[in-house]
Amino acid sequence: MSSKEKILAAVKLNQPALQQLPDLGNLNAIQYEDTFLQFSTVLKTIGGTVVEIKNTDEIIEYVKNNFSNVQNFVTTLPELPEIKMLDEKLDAHFLENIEVAIIRALFGVAENGSVWVTDEEMKIRALPFICQHLAVLLHKKDLVNNMHEAYNLIGAKQYDFGVFIAGPSKTADIEQSLVLGAHGPKTMTVFVIA
Amino acid sequence: MNVGLFIPCYVNQFYPQVGIATLELLEKFGCKVGFPTKQTCCGQPMANSGYEVMGASCNELFTEIFAGYDYVVCPSGSCTLHIKDHLHSEKNEAAATTIRKTVYELAEFLVDVLKVEKIEASFPYRVGVHQSCHGQRGLHTSQMSELVAAPFSKMDVLLKQVKGIELMKLDRVDECCGFGGTFCIVEESISAKMGKDRVADHERNQVQVITGGDMSCLMHMEGILKRKKSNVVIKHIAEILNSEM
Amino acid sequence: MSSTNAKHPELSAIFNKDEARVDWHDETLWWIRQKRDKAAWSVPEWEELRNTASAIKNNVLSNLHNYLIEFEKNAIANGVTVHWAADAKEHNEIVHAILQQNKVSQIVKSKSMLTEECGLNDYLAKNNVEVIDTDLGERIVQLAGEHPSHIVLPCIHWKKEEIGELFHKHLNTPKGNADPQFLTAAARIHLREKFLTRKVAITGVNFAVAETGEFVVSTNEGNADMGAHLADVHIACMGIEKIIPQRKHLGVFLRLLSRSATGQPITTYSSHFKKPNAHQAMHIILVDNGRTVQLGRESFRNSLKCIRCAACFNTCPVYRRSGGFSYNAVIAGPIGSILSPNLDMKKHADLPFASTLCGSCTNVCPVKIDIHNQLYLWRQEITKQGYSPKMKTAAMKVMAVALSKPALFTIGGKAARWVVKHLPFLVNNRLNPWYKQRDLPTAPKQSFTEWYKQNRHEQ
Repeated sequence: MSSKEKILAAVKLNQPALQQLPDLGNLNAIQYEDTFLQFSTVLKTIGGTVVEIKNTDEIIEYVKNNFSNVQNFVTTLPELPEIKMLDEKLDAHFLENIEVAIIRALFGVAENGSVWVTDEEMKIRALPFICQHLAVLLHKKDLVNNMHEAYNLIGAKQYDFGVFIAGPSKTADIEQSLVLGAHGPKTMTVFVIA
Repeated sequence: MNVGLFIPCYVNQFYPQVGIATLELLEKFGCKVGFPTKQTCCGQPMANSGYEVMGASCNELFTEIFAGYDYVVCPSGSCTLHIKDHLHSEKNEAAATTIRKTVYELAEFLVDVLKVEKIEASFPYRVGVHQSCHGQRGLHTSQMSELVAAPFSKMDVLLKQVKGIELMKLDRVDECCGFGGTFCIVEESISAKMGKDRVADHERNQVQVITGGDMSCLMHMEGILKRKKSNVVIKHIAEILNSEM
Repeated sequence: MSSTNAKHPELSAIFNKDEARVDWHDETLWWIRQKRDKAAWSVPEWEELRNTASAIKNNVLSNLHNYLIEFEKNAIANGVTVHWAADAKEHNEIVHAILQQNKVSQIVKSKSMLTEECGLNDYLAKNNVEVIDTDLGERIVQLAGEHPSHIVLPCIHWKKEEIGELFHKHLNTPKGNADPQFLTAAARIHLREKFLTRKVAITGVNFAVAETGEFVVSTNEGNADMGAHLADVHIACMGIEKIIPQRKHLGVFLRLLSRSATGQPITTYSSHFKKPNAHQAMHIILVDNGRTVQLGRESFRNSLKCIRCAACFNTCPVYRRSGGFSYNAVIAGPIGSILSPNLDMKKHADLPFASTLCGSCTNVCPVKIDIHNQLYLWRQEITKQGYSPKMKTAAMKVMAVALSKPALFTIGGKAARWVVKHLPFLVNNRLNPWYKQRDLPTAPKQSFTEWYKQNRHEQ
């Protein structure tokens, strides 16, 4: 008997009588009066930066003023003409020196300050992790209250890789002192456009 | 109502005043109290050591002597919980089942059954309440700091009726004192450290008297207090509620 | 985890020789417990969320057979290679075979308690494979030649000055620099080079979705993603109990996991791996290693609901004061004390007794495992299987007889202070461990029974 057959046989023998799945609709999950206020408050407390903008030109201005090595900025957004478009064919290892990466998020979650991004938005999976600074464009209307709403929105959509990102990479492994920029981005800026 | 008084073995031997206070208190509130003198122990020391199976004869004795009372009341949350969770009888399971349902820890009996709203007692001291784990997390005599739920405390409901008492806030409202039955012997170093830390919390918060619903925890803390020659003393809640005006 | 046979009481006593350090350890973990409380209170439906998570996990355990088949089918359709390992040995051999096929002898690994459980690092080292743990805390204990003392905070027992010394020795940081910011930056440079040069990355799995064949890995540092996305081969190792039915159930667990673990509203990264990248291979290893046995133990199967948040560690008054190594098990703390006896009851017979049964662990558990009840039940099981000390069994027999016979209990009608002689914590003897740091209660003139007979007895 293969290990697969052995394991499955043992599971079948030992698992208890079927218990029903709960209905998630019964969870009276938290709602916020102002999802943007909640989202930005949480994101700031976990080390992120929130910038309200009126148009995408403000992104260019902001990143130029706040980060250096503009030649190492990349984006996957066509609406940022002054920033180099990411070459999708590039080997991920060549992203090592990317200073700022600017990508789009599909939506944000008010309860935890995270944004949802799939490989469609990042093009190269390593991009939002390997860059020194991450910038994300988010539409204000694309904010949900909580994670249940988030998964309702994702629904059965297809993606090969997707990630909730909540702030810069961080660690508190040394005596519980919070340090931003463990392996990934040292900062995360979310540009929220109305 | 007929109440069977269940006095834990170590209380009987070392803290008779707690038994007396419990008895007098129940009588004050109109209970007819019987004390079956053949009682020994609930069997918890064996069960918690992994020998629950040896408690069978102990259970038979308990069932036999406490059958027939309207309620069984005990000044210990831990012993009460043990009876509630583990009392069974081969000879008379019906009686055992009834006892499991009618056994009460003193404070919950006073609040839930007798619904005591006026206590004639005076205790002009700064008091820290020790929430014993089995009473609190086992019998739910108070809200627990881990849960997202509305606050309540049956002991506080009673103590707030006592004249002159000042209830002090602790840094950790419901951390275990480290007694744990045989744990206090087998795991001596951790047990003693837990006890020292618990006592230090009361001292840090200007407590003069530590009270609680379980004499075992109080006995543990008393052992620590006496060793360090502290001025802080322990009193079972029954003693405070029964104190003279 | 060391190979020592020492038991929890002895190892705790050693840890407690340095009381200031115990206080520091206790307060650090209590601070995390307080952060967890704050995070829980930010969710008004917290208790309902726990009930829901618990119900989902109960369903998983009751339908695991079908979910495993469904998960495998969907993962294969996604282009993932699925392996099945009956035990730790087979798991390690599968990993090694994949490395050999890819001619790789250096790999990176993000946090996976399963690979710790299987002893993967030691196995691969013996087979001349270098494993770099990339979680900062795990890298610290790895450099020190230790194992994690906590499943979420692997080096919670290390002081920053000691880490400064360790980094000075291994990473050439300046002597005496113990600044967490500086040391983390040094580790970032050190580990970036590893991420960029290693061809195989191992990660753990937090949740695997039967419905879609995807799996989720949660980290704060981004090390799982750095490893997985930069490698040619990604191997994800998971216990079979990590399956959840549907994608939407992730919403429940991701809301609970990090709030319970560290008090964060969510980890920085919750990565959903579904299909491998072009030019990349993805493997999933499904591991049993005793889980099906635990599933068959009716009283204990519920422990398989664990999502490894370690909230029970942080709240445990014993763990906080005894340290992770006192458990002498891969998974320490209350949950480790109910999981470990399943793997080796004799070796871990001490662990269910390393608790006061205070019940705080059960209250913080996001999936509502009745940990303290299981500790009690393991005590009964260990005794039944004969792993309790013989002396203790003999003493308990004496106690059982006496407590069932009132005549013996109070010899001759006069309270003989039987309790004083026999309840272990009241033995009136200065060699009694109680007496080491605590005074004994003073015996009163008469017992309650004697007082009662004198004052109230009407018969």
